Amino acid sequence: MSDSVLDHVTEGTTRRGVRASYFRNPWRKPRVLQAVTVGYLLWSLLPVAIAVVFSFNAGRSRSSWQGFSLRWWNGDEFDSLFTDEALRQAMLHTFRLAIPTAIVAVGIGTAFAIGIDRWRGRPARGANFLMLLSFVLPEMILGVSLFLVFTFLFDNLLSLGTGAQWLGLITFQMSYAVVIVRARLLSIGPEYEEAAMDLGARPGQSMRRVLLPLLSPAILASVAVVFADTVDDFVIVRFLSGAADTEPLSVKIYSAARASPTPAVNAAATVMLVSTMTVIAIAYLLYRRYGRGQHGADVSSFTQL
Amino acid sequence: MASAETTAEPTRRRKDGADEAAGRGGAWFPGWYWPSFALPGTLWLLVLFVLPFYTVLSVAFGTVEPLFRSPLPVYQPWWWSFDTFSETMQKFYAGDAVYQQPLIRTFAYVILASSICLVLGYAVAYYTARHAGRYRVLILVALVSPFWISYLMRIYAWQSLLASDGYVNDIWSIFAAPTNWLSGRPVTVILGLVYGYIPFMILPLFGSLDRINQSMLEAGRDLGASPARTFWRVTLPLSKPAILAGLVIVSLPMFGDYYTNDLLGTQRTSMLGNLIANSVFQSGQGPEAGSLTVVLMVIVVVPMLYYLRETKRAAESL
Repeated sequence: MSDSVLDHVTEGTTRRGVRASYFRNPWRKPRVLQAVTVGYLLWSLLPVAIAVVFSFNAGRSRSSWQGFSLRWWNGDEFDSLFTDEALRQAMLHTFRLAIPTAIVAVGIGTAFAIGIDRWRGRPARGANFLMLLSFVLPEMILGVSLFLVFTFLFDNLLSLGTGAQWLGLITFQMSYAVVIVRARLLSIGPEYEEAAMDLGARPGQSMRRVLLPLLSPAILASVAVVFADTVDDFVIVRFLSGAADTEPLSVKIYSAARASPTPAVNAAATVMLVSTMTVIAIAYLLYRRYGRGQHGADVSSFTQL
Repeated sequence: MASAETTAEPTRRRKDGADEAAGRGGAWFPGWYWPSFALPGTLWLLVLFVLPFYTVLSVAFGTVEPLFRSPLPVYQPWWWSFDTFSETMQKFYAGDAVYQQPLIRTFAYVILASSICLVLGYAVAYYTARHAGRYRVLILVALVSPFWISYLMRIYAWQSLLASDGYVNDIWSIFAAPTNWLSGRPVTVILGLVYGYIPFMILPLFGSLDRINQSMLEAGRDLGASPARTFWRVTLPLSKPAILAGLVIVSLPMFGDYYTNDLLGTQRTSMLGNLIANSVFQSGQGPEAGSLTVVLMVIVVVPMLYYLRETKRAAESL
């Protein structure tokens, strides 16, 4: 009997002990969630890191390690990234697509965001709805639509190839710039411009000297986001590529992955990775520098997509 | 692709100020001034977004040139014929119904993969928002970085790991016989979809969980609710909009996905996106590609409009 009483008492204290620890520190570290998060991050990033490492593999395999070499980057007569004519062309084409797309899409998108922010009424709402629709529409649908429009309706104006890819990419990427710039416009409010106008600035002046400088962090972020996203784009670019010479790296990776890839493909993917990461990092640092003291100048603008 | 409207934090509420500003703007600017800024973008979308959409319908409801089987789009709606369209539709249910399996598979894979995204993503977002402490920025950067890595590269990386002589089999063979992961296994394709799209789930969830006021949770605890009950009755309901938004954001692209299966699966795991991608480039299959795209549009239109309505509501409540 004394045993059972003792059991009861100890059980009570342990339970109370657990409860007390809750109340002492209700936000204590949850080990399970921590393990899940660390596991997720490893799962998420380790495969990519391994793919980068395998671009330095000495053998042809991209799944079993055969020693270190740079042959898939440069040096092999035909097979390395920098000596394989097709891969080199693809690399150039990637940037040929990304740079004009980033400039034009952000230009049109910024103007659209400013216009839609100030212009109220039914047509403005319609235009805005159209823009948001292009933002959420699965890329597959837009890709097929653009492919069909360039092969049938516009077939006399512009055939598939670089030009069609530019137009398609700008259509798809414009909305990213609109969303980022509009968020910034909402947080600025109309007061600065009104103050400038009260002090005698003409509309053009208040735009150039007040609004655009205030928007510059958002514009910069948009350029970086659109550039990185265009480098990584695959669906639209593949549908609109006319021939092999208008296939950028992403399409080459896809075709190679379905045939017999060599580590040169890993090297190509690494080039894409490094270029997008570099652009995003530079833009982020500039953004922090110029956006200092301005509301919303934090990582959130880069996470909105 | 979380909307800016839900994550942006405007410094001031503009609900009342907006109309006022527009009124005063009218005194300063001619009526065409602001619309002219939006004009290039609007025209662009009309020509390269609305018109292509219409072309899909024209091809789907058009005819085929009898000799070369090349599609003849019909641009006048009153001459639209539904022959080729219904021919394609019959492949979903009539005869040997070759398209039925891919369609069922698409729904099954998307639902399963989205659910896994939600459970796993919620845990990660919750931990990052609530408990990450001084590692918070580091974890956030790691969570965002997949956005700047090409989707194809990420799937290609898994293709290498899952190859028969890859690292996954090296580990797997400790416990069981080596498996050919890339031979059309649903589990590989579903996990590939999860891997590809889960970042889109985590960020809106993180944004929402991060904004939940701590005092709400403390109130729940003070009123005697257990931690589990506080989660169930306070945290979960408050994050419900983000859960729904996240589910829409990950499932929309999954419905149109074909490259994940092309790299990690085979014919046996093909989805609706594969049917479209395969027919687009085949000569004589234009109307079929158009019809299948119309089917895809019908599937995604409801979640898409729901998402747009929710973002609009969130923007208005700011």
